[in-house]
Amino acid sequence: MAKYAGDGTMTCKAAFVYSEEFRTYRFRDDHPFNQLRVTLAYELLQSIGSITEQDLIPPRMATEEELLLVHEKPYVDAIKKASSGSLSEEEGYEFGVGTEDTPMFNGMHEASSLLVGGTLSAVDAVLQDKVDHALNLGGGLHHGFQRKASGFCIYNDGAVAIQYIREHYQAKVLYIDTDAHHGDGVQWAFYDDPNVCTLSVHETGRYLFPGTGNVNERGIKEGYGYSFNIPVDAFTEDESFMHVYETAFRKVTEYFKPDVIITQNGADAHVLDPLTHLCCTSKLYEFIPKLAHNLAHEYCDGKWIALGGGGYDIWRVVPRAWAQIWNIMAHDKPAEGDIPKDWLDKWQPKAPVQLPSSWHDHQGLYKEIPRKAEITEKNEKVLEKAMQFIQLKHNLPK
Amino acid sequence: MLVEEVMKTEVISLKADETIETALKLLNDHHIRHIPIVDEHNHVIGIVSDRDVRDASPSVFQIEQDKEALQNKLESIMSSPVITAHPLDFVEEIASIFYEHEIACVPVTKANKLVGIITEKDMLYTMIQLTGVNVQSSQIEIKVIDKPGIFPEVTAVLGRRKTNITSVLIYPYQPDSTYKVLVFRLQTMNPMPVIEDLKLAGYEVLWPNMPGMEQ
Repeated sequence: MAKYAGDGTMTCKAAFVYSEEFRTYRFRDDHPFNQLRVTLAYELLQSIGSITEQDLIPPRMATEEELLLVHEKPYVDAIKKASSGSLSEEEGYEFGVGTEDTPMFNGMHEASSLLVGGTLSAVDAVLQDKVDHALNLGGGLHHGFQRKASGFCIYNDGAVAIQYIREHYQAKVLYIDTDAHHGDGVQWAFYDDPNVCTLSVHETGRYLFPGTGNVNERGIKEGYGYSFNIPVDAFTEDESFMHVYETAFRKVTEYFKPDVIITQNGADAHVLDPLTHLCCTSKLYEFIPKLAHNLAHEYCDGKWIALGGGGYDIWRVVPRAWAQIWNIMAHDKPAEGDIPKDWLDKWQPKAPVQLPSSWHDHQGLYKEIPRKAEITEKNEKVLEKAMQFIQLKHNLPK
Repeated sequence: MLVEEVMKTEVISLKADETIETALKLLNDHHIRHIPIVDEHNHVIGIVSDRDVRDASPSVFQIEQDKEALQNKLESIMSSPVITAHPLDFVEEIASIFYEHEIACVPVTKANKLVGIITEKDMLYTMIQLTGVNVQSSQIEIKVIDKPGIFPEVTAVLGRRKTNITSVLIYPYQPDSTYKVLVFRLQTMNPMPVIEDLKLAGYEVLWPNMPGMEQ
């Protein structure tokens, strides 16, 4: 493959996993996790003419066997029961369902299996060389545990996909998670596995769920040195986030030499996100996929699968942020200028907030952060600590 | 929380007439820093730390000449009498002992016999568990007037939202002693509804709490 230029001159073959059915993953009307986001992003891409029907691939259903690559049978059985409304509140408690975060709903097993299947469809498309990259915005549910639902996640599509890749393609997987919440479910699933490297950049767990993702979580046994965590301070802004992300992503890629990169592209580090305390803007959401695209070409012959994730300002933040992943993936260039009028006309009446008129956030979106210098310095220290392990290995005589 | 719930019960101990060399080997092999010294009735009569042993070991520069130093008996270097704890002591009391006596380990005895050991590391681990950071949760801090009856009012708000509490800490509010800060770790990714309810009920929620930042 030609050396990746990164200047918008290259068109890659990419696939967009999409189905209206993603919206069946729905807890409650007032629940912050809302898959309407995926539709909003897709329609935004349609209205700028960045995507056509030929780019779409439908998600398939993950089989039970595939779910069991990561999840335990009693858990899958419980979700199936909950899916048909026959799991009691008492029984659900053990498996983390029926809580305010992950309430039970009819058809939850099927809806969750479709999200996992969508990620598997993306994996197959890329690893069978049908496309260079694939995007499943319905996935990225990184808090799902082996036998427990949590943080709006039931089945962990990222973890299932990684294990699926290990068993079917024997490839080394680098998982990069830039959701504002720690990618704990995926990290713990591969904590002792040296063929799967996880890097999570997230808001520190001092206040934010799930509380883990400390810089000293580095893996265990053979997997030691294959988990990386960069918890950034509350109120972190674009520059500092981009700096730690770029430095860490480059170093880890160089060190681990992956065969394929999976990114979890939660869009909740934005200043408007109601659940987190970071202060990033649209700038970050152009930068994140650009670097992933770049490094996938540099190290993995282009093999890159991007997933969705968190993102709770579904009107002003997520559609633009997620559409840019596709723009960069397929056209090597983020969209610029005004948001198309037809998209605004269709969705503004349904939105409780004023939709943004431009792809780029305007200056002055938030008040100046008084302790910016200290926050930046602190993040730099954390980055150093996280990278120490690589530095150490690097300096050892061969 | 009681010492017996936290202590290690498999204790490596030695007799007073064994050599420093034996102790050195045990410390290294087991990655431990303290060895209680017991008599034939398993009564604790002394304790040696890795520092005691190192002080009594030959310098690395004179390792050959001074090898006989390692053959000295432990009774020549052990600390005695020993501060011990009882299985029914509270973990907090042990923390005070560590702090006041500037030590990092106490043997636990019952009817004078050695039954366990608790170290600074066990202590810190317990403290980590008590803060709840090891369980998936979000943290919120609520500034409240320091008077009776406030706490149940606050927890009632959490209860109405079916929000499970992982841990609770109560701090003094430094700038004004008529207030306290209640720190909750909550088992939810979305504390917003709870925060809204608390604010409606007139509480000040510090989330996140960073000096110099407006909420």
